[in-house]
Amino acid sequence: MIRALFGASDFRRKLKSDIMISLTALATLIALVPLFLVLGYLLTKGVASLNLNFFTQIPKPVGEQGGGMANAIVGTFELVGMACAIGVPVGIGAGLYVAEHPAHATARAIRFAADIMLGVPSIVVGIFAYAIVVRPMHGFSALAGSFALAIIMIPLVTRTTEEMIKLVPGELREAALALGAPRWRTSLSVVMRTAMTGIATGVILAIARIAGETAPLLFTAFGNQYWSTSVTQPIASLTVQVYTFAISPFADWQRQAWAGALVLTCIVLTLEIGVRWVTRGAARVPR
Amino acid sequence: MANFYEAAADKPAAEGRESWRGRFGVQLFGDRLFALITLILGLVILSILFGLTLALVFGSTASIHKFGLGFVVSTDWDPVNDQFGALPFIYGTAISSVIALTIAVPLSLGAALCLSETAPEWLSRRIGFLVELLAAIPSVVYGLWGIFVLGPWLRDHVEPVLGAYLGFLPLFKGPKVSVGMLAAGVLLAIMVLPYIASVCTDVFRAVPRTQREAALALGATRWEMLQMAVLPYGRSGIIGAIILGLGRALGETIAVAMVIGNSSEIAASLFKPSSTLASVIANEFAEATSRLYLSSLMELGLVLLVLGLLLNVAARVLVLGAIRGAAGEGR
Repeated sequence: MIRALFGASDFRRKLKSDIMISLTALATLIALVPLFLVLGYLLTKGVASLNLNFFTQIPKPVGEQGGGMANAIVGTFELVGMACAIGVPVGIGAGLYVAEHPAHATARAIRFAADIMLGVPSIVVGIFAYAIVVRPMHGFSALAGSFALAIIMIPLVTRTTEEMIKLVPGELREAALALGAPRWRTSLSVVMRTAMTGIATGVILAIARIAGETAPLLFTAFGNQYWSTSVTQPIASLTVQVYTFAISPFADWQRQAWAGALVLTCIVLTLEIGVRWVTRGAARVPR
Repeated sequence: MANFYEAAADKPAAEGRESWRGRFGVQLFGDRLFALITLILGLVILSILFGLTLALVFGSTASIHKFGLGFVVSTDWDPVNDQFGALPFIYGTAISSVIALTIAVPLSLGAALCLSETAPEWLSRRIGFLVELLAAIPSVVYGLWGIFVLGPWLRDHVEPVLGAYLGFLPLFKGPKVSVGMLAAGVLLAIMVLPYIASVCTDVFRAVPRTQREAALALGATRWEMLQMAVLPYGRSGIIGAIILGLGRALGETIAVAMVIGNSSEIAASLFKPSSTLASVIANEFAEATSRLYLSSLMELGLVLLVLGLLLNVAARVLVLGAIRGAAGEGR
């Protein structure tokens, strides 16, 4: 019967099967080539331009050799930290609500909103932060940058929180309620605590994601060639600094862009790999 | 807890009941407060989404009033004379995404088949991990690599070949440069590949075992089994994955802005510089001088948002349908 469908002789069918299956393996190999190329270039070009000054100095004006990205490293940490201060409570709270009222119309609407927010291009989030924060404050600021990053972070945290809470066995909740614990205590000290590792994983993956964002910072946090940690002033970030230096025509700046990209990639991949290693690959970031 | 039981044992029945009510009152208050707080945090998400849409619509009113529907068909992007049209960027976005998908779809389908079907479990786990890493690398890093490695490589090794053999097509005519539509498309392909591959892997894994076994029992070879059982079963999921990848490609900003060359002209040749909706916003937003200029850029953002939302909803419906539908039939 299968012969009638596929016609040819058994030998040719087997040969075709083997060829096609080898092709899938080949496709996988080709797909992974860029990963090794990017990491390889980062290591060779980045390490060569990395030195102590990179971590301790601020950028030098054009024409002067040396300088570093200390302000941008601090800026990235500040932006991500403030984004977490906004994004983590909102994300986890919303995730709790959605998980606790699975059939409720409001909860369904919130889940849907979080889902489609995952698909909003990050540059659009930047425009929103510009309209909501930059315009009223009459200037670019670290606050606007973290606001944009928080908005990108919230749906990621909400979806993982919900998924993780759904994995907690119902018996655990019932046991806590049967012991007389109020529902809010049950949710916080029993269900959420059980799901805490998973939720923390989701938060760390979200941090890795926003630490690498450039587009939403371009016209919110803007960038800064000097030291600044003020929340109302423009602030430097690794990503924007790498972008600015990479498209500049100066060889010394381009060299530093590679160093910055190496440091940025190290931060992001350390978070990603660390979390996956700790959770043995169970964690996934929602798309 | 211990206190509660002791207290209840010491008290007469009526009083005990009274304290129960008291406890319930407190509990209800706590529960209500908790539900209210989480509800408010949840509503924050809804309001962000509404706020985002409203902010973009209000921000682009000036441009919508001035240009109307002509905005999306006009090719004139001239900030000096306050004339704005979105067509060059819509064209750039469409063509760069098409190049990206043309390269990424066959490769990611192959990789997904390999991960879910043909590779042994231990190997597939490790490769899956590497594919996730590919998705984790920040886009500015891809952009940097694109400027200094991929672009020059395409200019020196790929574009001459395309020009020599397919140069009769307008697509592959013109001088070879390292920044342009082709470089952006190839870089986008690399960036969307892990998304499409990982969703397709999930879709293929959700195909019921019985389907595969039935095909094999009929005497199909492994490839015929994939052709007869896995691919048709996962069709809507595959389409969903591709749409999800398209959504990523449309919205990708910084890497594209770095390699596409930023020209607001429509050129037939893929070697020429171009711009996408996202890349022109990234390049010009902070420097937009007039109100109408800013408003037009916001309208580009609005176009991008609407496209992103539509694609995302469609993709999610297709992928979830494929995975849940398969799960519903039992594995």
